[in-house]
Amino acid sequence: MESKNIFLSGDEAVAHGVRLSRPHVIAAYPITPQTITVERLSEMVEAGELNAEYMHVESEHSAISATMGASAVGARTFTASSSQGLLYMTEGLHYASGGRYPIVMMNANRSVALPWSIYGDQRDSLSLLDSGWIQVYVEDAQEALDMTIQAFKIAEHADVLTPMMVNLDGFILTHTYEIVSVPAQEDVDAFLPPFETPNKMCFENPKNMAFSSQPDDNTEFKYQQNVGVLNSIEVLKQVNDEYAEKFGRDYFGMVEEYRCEDAEAVLVTLGSVTGTTRVVVDKMRAEGKKVGLLKIRYMRPFPEKEIMDLVSRVKNIGVIDKDISFGYEGTVYTNVNSAIAKTGLSIFTKNYVGGLGGRDITKAEIEEMFNELLTGKLKKEGEHVEFFNLKVSTDE
Amino acid sequence: MSNTEPLAIKRVTPKNITDKELFYGHKACAGCGGSLAVRLALKVLGERTFSAFPAGCMAAVGFIYPQMAFKNNSIITTFPGVASMAAGIAAGAKALGLEDYKTVAFAGDGGTADIGFQALSGMIDRNDDVMYICYDNEAYMNTGIQKSGLTPYGTKTTTTPAGTNLPGSVTHKKNLFEIIAAHDIAYAATASIGYPQDFINKVNKAKHIKGTTFIHVYASCPTGWGTPTHTAVEIAKEAVDCGLFYLAEYEDGEFKLNKNPKEFASADEYLKKQGRFRHLTDEDIKLVTDQRDKKWERMRKQWL
Repeated sequence: MESKNIFLSGDEAVAHGVRLSRPHVIAAYPITPQTITVERLSEMVEAGELNAEYMHVESEHSAISATMGASAVGARTFTASSSQGLLYMTEGLHYASGGRYPIVMMNANRSVALPWSIYGDQRDSLSLLDSGWIQVYVEDAQEALDMTIQAFKIAEHADVLTPMMVNLDGFILTHTYEIVSVPAQEDVDAFLPPFETPNKMCFENPKNMAFSSQPDDNTEFKYQQNVGVLNSIEVLKQVNDEYAEKFGRDYFGMVEEYRCEDAEAVLVTLGSVTGTTRVVVDKMRAEGKKVGLLKIRYMRPFPEKEIMDLVSRVKNIGVIDKDISFGYEGTVYTNVNSAIAKTGLSIFTKNYVGGLGGRDITKAEIEEMFNELLTGKLKKEGEHVEFFNLKVSTDE
Repeated sequence: MSNTEPLAIKRVTPKNITDKELFYGHKACAGCGGSLAVRLALKVLGERTFSAFPAGCMAAVGFIYPQMAFKNNSIITTFPGVASMAAGIAAGAKALGLEDYKTVAFAGDGGTADIGFQALSGMIDRNDDVMYICYDNEAYMNTGIQKSGLTPYGTKTTTTPAGTNLPGSVTHKKNLFEIIAAHDIAYAATASIGYPQDFINKVNKAKHIKGTTFIHVYASCPTGWGTPTHTAVEIAKEAVDCGLFYLAEYEDGEFKLNKNPKEFASADEYLKKQGRFRHLTDEDIKLVTDQRDKKWERMRKQWL
């Protein structure tokens, strides 16, 4: 069977990825800008194209609780959320990773109240880096579909057994239509075998699950949980390579370097701003400026090795953050700096905070960031963290 | 007493109830009514049962790694999510094609009427194939006796102290059974561990109904109530006999009173023998019995 090119939004691309992955149970609660995904999934179930139990749960807390219940009997499960809904799930996110339930979730990255905003930034998922989930961020609708399928394979791997969140920028990706290559079912079936796990309740070997532990044991469980996420580093690379071979699309694993060879200034990006930055890199390279781009794909596990390797080859590094940890800096920046510090090299870094609550990040702004990075000097002394395109005075 | 099971269902009686324990070796307090309710229900439901417990007493006493107290498949759920997690188990089991099993959620009064209520309401709305048993000991006992939505008027708890200004809890017990029935659930019942055969009959009946069923079982807590451990069953019976709890069913859209005493046993006596009520004045007790009489007048008028 041939793959088909279909004009799809990011939300719809995820729905097709889910359909092709044949989950047993879907439990989800609608929230803008995730809603179209669950609408399409409902239609697929109604039409008989997707043979899944679709649970109309009354909240996101129940969505994550229900998927954990289903996963605990060995079912393949999917949920989707965004922003306030994702935060309402927070208890369940930690619970699911601790229980080693390999649930796959789509998160439509959206700003978090207050002030209310339905538009995109990445504060929702970035504030949950410690919840124990594998987090991948995609650049376009095609990657959203491909990573949905890959996510099941990574999360369910026996060495990993960890839930995984596929993040796509609200509206910029969820609601933008692109031509997406949708693989044939039989090809996905060959790539993604049925879910098998020893970590389930069954009548042949009854289990008591999700128990409590005492100070004597707790660290050991948390250690093993950490090992599971670390194991995903190798697994996600294998899955990436296998997917590339079968479907012809390679995402290069933890990160993608774009024109970083001999770069004097590199911008680190996460999600859809990568696409805009690529265009700027091409323009500036054509003008002879040595700029490059590092697309971080996974925030957990974190691409520490890849960043340390890059640092030995480039000069100045900027990080775009659609998030601010109030009182400090963007979370991506903190994580990148931590990796850089381990090299012992002294590297110039700067944090560009923007795109909050759905504000566009323009090519001109990105070019300005590169130009500052090329100087290796802060525009404003002492300002390592800049809210760019800021419309209030910072001098008062 | 409930005698409404269809003839096809085999009765579970003291003579034929299994000796097999599915909930055993746990660390519940002596005289724990909640654990007795769970133990009896699991005997009726059998080994092919998935049971789900929110964070609470049963979770705390039954699942301390590495000592697991359930012989059947059991799981601790999020506190607000016992209904949704049990519903997920049922959905997963159905999707995987499992056969001949039951899914049951057990939760206390707080886990049911307060924090778990939204998920429970959602589950009844979807009519997921789950039996839900609320063991009601009238306060958050696991955290050390705090007021819940099912704590009756005048109860001394650690968050509703009885003193010169307040008589303990000043709110009345939520009408949980009728709130559940208002969802137009297929089957709901109240029961008491003081009337174990009635409770067993109701569990047995619910076991054979597909879709969501609900049993609200009154379950004493000597630790939280300030009563001797050896009177746990007796006092749960007395609650029914003095009319402060009642045995009823809701089925096919109809309410039914299973026990309609001509005369109530003394509520005063029932209350005064419990540490949690010992402070009540005659005036307080009159308020409690007036409320009781009003409720019974309505139930008798509407349900008989």
